[in-house]
Amino acid sequence: MILEIENLNLNFNNENKVVHALKSINLTLKKGQTIGIAGESGCGKTLTSLALMNLLPNNASYSADKLHFNDKDLLKISKQERHSICGIDISMIFQDPMASLNPALTIKTQIEELLIRKEKLSKDEIKVKIIELLTLVGITSPEKRLNSYPYELSGGMCQRVMIAMAISCNPKVLIADEPTTGLDVTIQAQILALLKSLQQKLNLSIIFISHDLSVLSNFCDEIYVMYAGTIVEKNKAKELINHPIHPYTKGLLACIPNKNSGIDLPSIPGIVPDLGENLIGCRFMNRCPYKKDSCIEFSSVQQTSNSKYFNCDLSEAELKVNKWI
Amino acid sequence: MDIVKLQNLTKVFKIKEGFFHPAKDLYALNKLNLKILKNKTLGIVGESGCGKTTLANILMGLEKATSGEVKIFGQSIELQTSEQKINTQIIFQDPHSSLNPRKKIWKIIAEPLFIHTKLSNDECKIKVAEALDQVGLNPNMMDRYPHMFSGGQKQRIGIARAIILNPKILICDEPVSALDVSVQSQILNLLNNLKKELDLTLVFISHDLSVVKYFCDEVVVMYLGEIVEHSKTKELFNSPRHPYTKALLDSSPDLYDLDHQFEVINGEIPSPLDRPTGCNFITRCKFKTNKCSISPPQTNKEKLSYSCHHPLNL
Repeated sequence: MILEIENLNLNFNNENKVVHALKSINLTLKKGQTIGIAGESGCGKTLTSLALMNLLPNNASYSADKLHFNDKDLLKISKQERHSICGIDISMIFQDPMASLNPALTIKTQIEELLIRKEKLSKDEIKVKIIELLTLVGITSPEKRLNSYPYELSGGMCQRVMIAMAISCNPKVLIADEPTTGLDVTIQAQILALLKSLQQKLNLSIIFISHDLSVLSNFCDEIYVMYAGTIVEKNKAKELINHPIHPYTKGLLACIPNKNSGIDLPSIPGIVPDLGENLIGCRFMNRCPYKKDSCIEFSSVQQTSNSKYFNCDLSEAELKVNKWI
Repeated sequence: MDIVKLQNLTKVFKIKEGFFHPAKDLYALNKLNLKILKNKTLGIVGESGCGKTTLANILMGLEKATSGEVKIFGQSIELQTSEQKINTQIIFQDPHSSLNPRKKIWKIIAEPLFIHTKLSNDECKIKVAEALDQVGLNPNMMDRYPHMFSGGQKQRIGIARAIILNPKILICDEPVSALDVSVQSQILNLLNNLKKELDLTLVFISHDLSVVKYFCDEVVVMYLGEIVEHSKTKELFNSPRHPYTKALLDSSPDLYDLDHQFEVINGEIPSPLDRPTGCNFITRCKFKTNKCSISPPQTNKEKLSYSCHHPLNL
C-alpha cells in the first residue's frame, strides 16, 4: 500500500455557511497500480487530490482518520517534511496544459525549478537531465525545444512538458488530473500510451482523474465513482463498466450514447445538491429512481468483496432492475 | 434535396510575420465540395485546427469565402437578403462565454428579434416564453441573469436564441463538449426533438466520435482543411476508407469494447502554413507509398467519397 486515505472529510468555512465538500472518502493505492476517479464537475475529484497535495485555499479545513503515504502519516509530520513529499514523491499533472504552464518562462526554466530545489546539480548536469526527460516523454529534437515558450508548442506537447515536470524527481505517485481533456482523440491516445510506458519504466502508481468513463475503463485497474463529495461506488474497472451497482453509476453509463441511435437517451433528472446545506441521508436520493423511504436516514457503505463496495441503502438484489430507460 | 451546396470552397487567411516578411497564405479550407441534405444531420469531425469552425463561420456568413461558391437554398450566400439569412442559426461551443453576463436572458434570447423584426418588447417576451418552453426551461426564469443558470441550462438558453426566428438550418458547433455526460444526453435529446418539431437540418460539429455516431446521419471527416472522407454514419464507423478515419476510430476509447487495443498514430497535425507535398496525411500515414508524395489523391466520388490513393476496406 503506497497510499491510504481513510475517512477524509473536507469543509470550506465561508463567512455565512460551511460547505461540506468531501465526506468520508476512502481510497487506497497499491504500488504500480492505476486507479481512476470518475464523476461530474464539482463532485470533488480534484479536491481529493488537492487535499493530498496540501494545495488547498485558506478557508478549507480537512481531517482524516488516516492519510498515509508509504506508511508515513502525512497529518503528523512537520510542514517541511510534508513539503518534501508533496510535489516530489507525490507529483501532479494539472488539467489544462496550456493554462498551467507559465507563459512568460521558457520550458527549460519551468522544468529545472523542481530539479534545483530537489537535486543539487550543476547547470550542465541539469541541462542534460532536462534533455533526458524531454526525450523520455517523446518530444522530438529536445535541444531545440529547451528555449521555447509554451505558446510555441501544441496542446499535446505542452502536456508532455507537464508530464516531464511531474516525473523529474522520480515520484512514486503520479496524480493525473484530467490529463487528456481538451486534447484531440489521436493526441489523447498518444498521451495515454506515454503514461502507460512511463508507469512501467519508473514503477509509478497513478491516480487518474477524469470525467470520461471510457478513458478510465481502458486505462485503470480500479475505478472510484464520486458524486457530490462522496464515493458512491468502487470496483475493478471492467466490472464497474459491465456490472454497475450504484444507481448513479448506472445512470452515468446509460447517458453515454451508444449504438442505438434514434432512441432517446436516458438522462439523470434534477441537479447536484447544494453542498452548503445540511445534507442528511443519501446525497443522490433526490435524483434516484430507486429511492425508498429509508434513504433519508442514512446511506450505508456495503463492502461486497475485497475490491468492491458501494454506498447505497438498497441491497444489490434490489438494484439489479434497470430503472434508467 | 440539398439545401446547402459548397463548390470548391476555399478560405485563405493572410498571416503576417512582420513588416519585412511577405504575408503567408494559410489555407483554412481547401476546395471543399459538399452537399447537405434536407432534414438530415451532418456530422463534421476532425482534430482541432482542421477547419471545422471556419466552415461553420462561412455557412453563417460570418466569414467570406476566398473563392468557390456557397449556396443555401440555391441562393449564393453573398447575395442573401436579411430574410434569407434568418434561415441559418448557430449554437456555440461554450455556453458560459457565449451569453452576455450583463443582460437578462430574455434580452439575450430576443436579440435576433430586435435585429430582424419590429416587435415590441411585450411581443418579444411572448415569443421568448414560447422558445423557453420549447427548450424545456420555465418561462418564469426569463428575468434572470446567465450566472444564475447551470451549464446545461445555459446551453438551452443558447438553443432558444438560435431557434427563436424559426430557422431551417441549425449549426451546432460542439454544443455538448463543455457539458457533463448526464447533461449532454439531455441536450442531445432536446436537439433531436427540436429537429423533428421544427423540421430542421442540423450541421453537428464535434470531436466526440461516440456522440457523432449516435446523433448523425452522415459524417464528414476533415483533415487540414480538406474533406478526407464523407459517408453514411454506419458505413464510416463499420468500414472506414481513409487511413485517417481509421486512426481516429482506433484512438478513441470505447466503453462497449473494453479489450480494444489503442493504436496510436504518431505525430501531430502539421501546420497549415507548411503543408506536406502530395497527400496531406502523408506525415502520419502507415500506408504511404511513393505515389502519395508525388500527387495529392483525387476525391473518389462513387457511392462514398474519400480521397486516398490506398483506401481501406474495399
